[in-house]
Amino acid sequence: MNRRMFFMLAGAMSVALPVIASAQTELTVYTAVEAVDLDRYKATFEKAHPDIKINWVRDSTGVMTAKLLAEKDNPQADVVWGLAATSLLLLKAEGMLEAYQPKGVEALDKKFVDGDTPPSWVGMDAYVAALCYNTVEGAKLGLTPPQTWEDLTKPEYKGHIVMPNPSSSGTGFLDVSGWMQMWGEEKAWSFMDKLHENISAYTHSGSKPCKMAGAGEAVIGVSFEFPGAKAKSAGAPIDIIFPAEGSGWEAEATAIIAGTANLDAAKTLVDWSVTKEANEMYNVGYAVVAYPGIAKTVEHLPSDIAAKMIDNDFEWAANNRAIILKEWQKRYDAKSEPKS
Amino acid sequence: MSITIDYAPSRKKLRQQASRDDLAKLGFMAVIGLYLIVALGAPLFVMLSKSLSTYRFDLSAFEFQVSDETGANWATAVTADALNKELGVVAQKDLATNSDGRLAVTKFFPQFNFRSPVHYRIRGVTDDAAFLVGSTLEKGTAWREYDSATFRRVVLRPASTFGVENFKTYFSTPALARSIYNSVLMASISTVVTVSIAFALAYALTRSCMPLKGLFRGILTIPILVPSLLPGIALVYLFGNQGVFRDWLMGYSIYGPIGIVIGSVFFTLPHAFLIILTALSVADARHYEAAASLRASKWRIFTTVTVPGARYGLVSAAFVVFTLVITDFGLPKVIGGQYGMLAVDIYKQVIGQQNFEMGAVVSVILLVPAVLAFAVDRRMQKRQVALLSARAVPYAPKRNVRMDGFCFAFSCLVSLFILGMIAMCQIAALVKFWPYDLTLTTKNFAFDLMDGGGWAAYANSIKLALLTAFFGSVIVFAGAYMVEKADGFRFGRGIFHFLAMMPMAVPGMVLGLAYIFFFNNPANPLNSIYGTMTILVVCTVTHFYTVAHLTALTALKQMDPEFESVGASLKQPFHRLFFRVTLPVCLPAILNIGIYLFVNAMTTVSAVVFLYATDTKLASVAVLNMDDAGDIAPAAAMGMMIFYTNVVAKLIHAAVARGLLVRTQAWR
Repeated sequence: MNRRMFFMLAGAMSVALPVIASAQTELTVYTAVEAVDLDRYKATFEKAHPDIKINWVRDSTGVMTAKLLAEKDNPQADVVWGLAATSLLLLKAEGMLEAYQPKGVEALDKKFVDGDTPPSWVGMDAYVAALCYNTVEGAKLGLTPPQTWEDLTKPEYKGHIVMPNPSSSGTGFLDVSGWMQMWGEEKAWSFMDKLHENISAYTHSGSKPCKMAGAGEAVIGVSFEFPGAKAKSAGAPIDIIFPAEGSGWEAEATAIIAGTANLDAAKTLVDWSVTKEANEMYNVGYAVVAYPGIAKTVEHLPSDIAAKMIDNDFEWAANNRAIILKEWQKRYDAKSEPKS
Repeated sequence: MSITIDYAPSRKKLRQQASRDDLAKLGFMAVIGLYLIVALGAPLFVMLSKSLSTYRFDLSAFEFQVSDETGANWATAVTADALNKELGVVAQKDLATNSDGRLAVTKFFPQFNFRSPVHYRIRGVTDDAAFLVGSTLEKGTAWREYDSATFRRVVLRPASTFGVENFKTYFSTPALARSIYNSVLMASISTVVTVSIAFALAYALTRSCMPLKGLFRGILTIPILVPSLLPGIALVYLFGNQGVFRDWLMGYSIYGPIGIVIGSVFFTLPHAFLIILTALSVADARHYEAAASLRASKWRIFTTVTVPGARYGLVSAAFVVFTLVITDFGLPKVIGGQYGMLAVDIYKQVIGQQNFEMGAVVSVILLVPAVLAFAVDRRMQKRQVALLSARAVPYAPKRNVRMDGFCFAFSCLVSLFILGMIAMCQIAALVKFWPYDLTLTTKNFAFDLMDGGGWAAYANSIKLALLTAFFGSVIVFAGAYMVEKADGFRFGRGIFHFLAMMPMAVPGMVLGLAYIFFFNNPANPLNSIYGTMTILVVCTVTHFYTVAHLTALTALKQMDPEFESVGASLKQPFHRLFFRVTLPVCLPAILNIGIYLFVNAMTTVSAVVFLYATDTKLASVAVLNMDDAGDIAPAAAMGMMIFYTNVVAKLIHAAVARGLLVRTQAWR
């Protein structure tokens, strides 16, 4: 070994190590918020509370949930800010969340707050199930845009619909649990039986169907409104359709991890997360926020999305998730082999 | 790099007294052996036990009491098990569940009505018995009382036990069990196709006089430089529903078996090609002369001289391709559609459903075909004998216009296929919005606005690749040196060699999952490396250990053992000999190991996909995550960044190797 080369490498490695020196309280915050929004959220919060510094740990909802559960016996996070309420309910069921009544939580819409007192999680904003319909490909094939969920079972759409797989995607599961809560289990299953005949693929992620529709890989993507608006801004020829029957939805929410060493700072963050200021911040990307009466219209989205949202029973969804997914896999996973 | 080399025990020597040298060597070997046990053996063992960890509702662990309508008088306590025996509401097989299982208690009370004034009490018989009220966790043996409206929200949680239930569930779930068949089928078809093409190419390069051989060689190794996700992305753009050539598929979908096979051929071709090329390039011209003088037809010469001469290479190539395809995760993830494959199932179970136990079960099942293929290959290699005797005459191909033309055309076709896939990705990365807006843009390279980790991920990947190349080369070469050059401890060396060969048979996904179970455990003293760059380096070095080990071994075998004898008789310590002679002589091989580890660390996805943390996100994982979110163009852009980085690394490697060769290898 060339000795000089060794020292050069050793030097390079020591430079690469992060230098930590700070008098602030640092919070490790797990999140699944879109990567674009992270810097904005952090800057806005730290402006209001300069004594607390946020260290983001970001990943997609599924990965983040898996990570949190895997760390159950040795939690690394102080706060979860921006993860699906359904995921937080899984953590609650493991006793991982610290119940806390944030100051000013009374101002929020009830359906965005955990039912128990004190609540274990508080909501930020909602993403709402929606269809992304590619108008160019639809016109080429001579299709009419669907207006209702029921429309999706029409034979003309055969092979043109993609939807997220509920067993790997939170969005897919909110669709399924939405249908069940709207129609009852029996009707929902018979609807899905017919829908399954038209599905060309079940994707792993919830935003992919919309992006596939945007790129013309599919005509209709069962997804939610946010990636639809994003794809439309990027130039995708799509319409975002909210089915007439109503839509399932999911809340992005905040919670404190039980046993955190920085409980006071964590409470400060959660207090701030329910303020009007914070909700206005969420509103930049999300059309529906937890603080009533402040939401402004988001580009490419209708102003009355909140009216489309069904009464979602998060607890029912969480407690029945395992059974529903087992049945779903039995019905559709085995059949979903391609014919080749 | 081929894996056609095998360890042969050195000739028996006179047993020497264990000197200080030997003790130092022994200690050294123990350290590296320990590394392999901690980095490979122990995690796999923990994973095996995880696959046997099951969840089951233990009904005898819960007791109920029901009041009358006044809510004051209580009936005697009764266990859920007793109620179930009486009512038979839950079948025995439905008691088996996963870690997220929940069982509503109202099932045990047929008369239950949530409006009734009746109150209910529930408690665990043991301290661990857990139930939820709504989603609030309750544990322990104290009685808890609820009114009917609340009792409706009570669900039981399962207890963790050991058993083979997970495997039973696996095999009784058709969609999961079907993946075994799919994976084996895809791997078999890809193997046949890839090995045939690779053989034809190697044949063209060694047995014809076609022009541009060097260029073809270069082009054929390109797929090694890109992550296996990239051919998947290229195929979407080429043959997807909006693909350039979608009509070629005549209505069949690229998402599924067709895509998997084409993509697999793309990324396994260089591996098969290099192995078969090595096998074919050792040819004895005398065999061909003899055959020709016996008036054998060309076809007969081909089947009786050429093919048998390369048979071990063919077998080796076949097993390498089979193992690569069956363990690959990136490609079927992108292009597999609904076609279930084992490696993707592991990801779906763990990331999609947080079902770690089932992930472990699929991992154990995926180990079986990989280990079998590996074992068969090792057996075959042991039977290989030297083809080339000292008297062999190197074969020189003769000009044959028709034959050469045909070989040239075929090589062009395959090169076009490879370059076309890469070019398609490059175009996709530069186009604004495929297929509706084809203006050029660089916005797809603005990774910081996407999921996946941004440019920091790219920087992390380079860091990982450099660290892996450096530490990997040191560890691997030192380990190989101990196996090859140390005297005595034959048993220890045998075990060490076996451990070094094992990573070849362990799929990356399996290794990654095993690392979670092993390292993410507060009781493990090495817990602190979880979520750091260190664990990524350890995992990557271990994952690619075998080929690097074999390369080092080959280089060391070329050195005469006399060096050691002379060194010992001159009373020189082994380290002096090592640094003065062995290391300089083997420098080209060490550089090869370094670049092999670098390139693979840049492209690997499967092993690290479970292990990266937010500040150690990697470029290859970013490709996966961006594709997963539907941002295919940025995914292609990141894939191309990996490709260019690897090309630059290869060029630097070539320059450094040339410079060093002039300085240290003048004796050759």
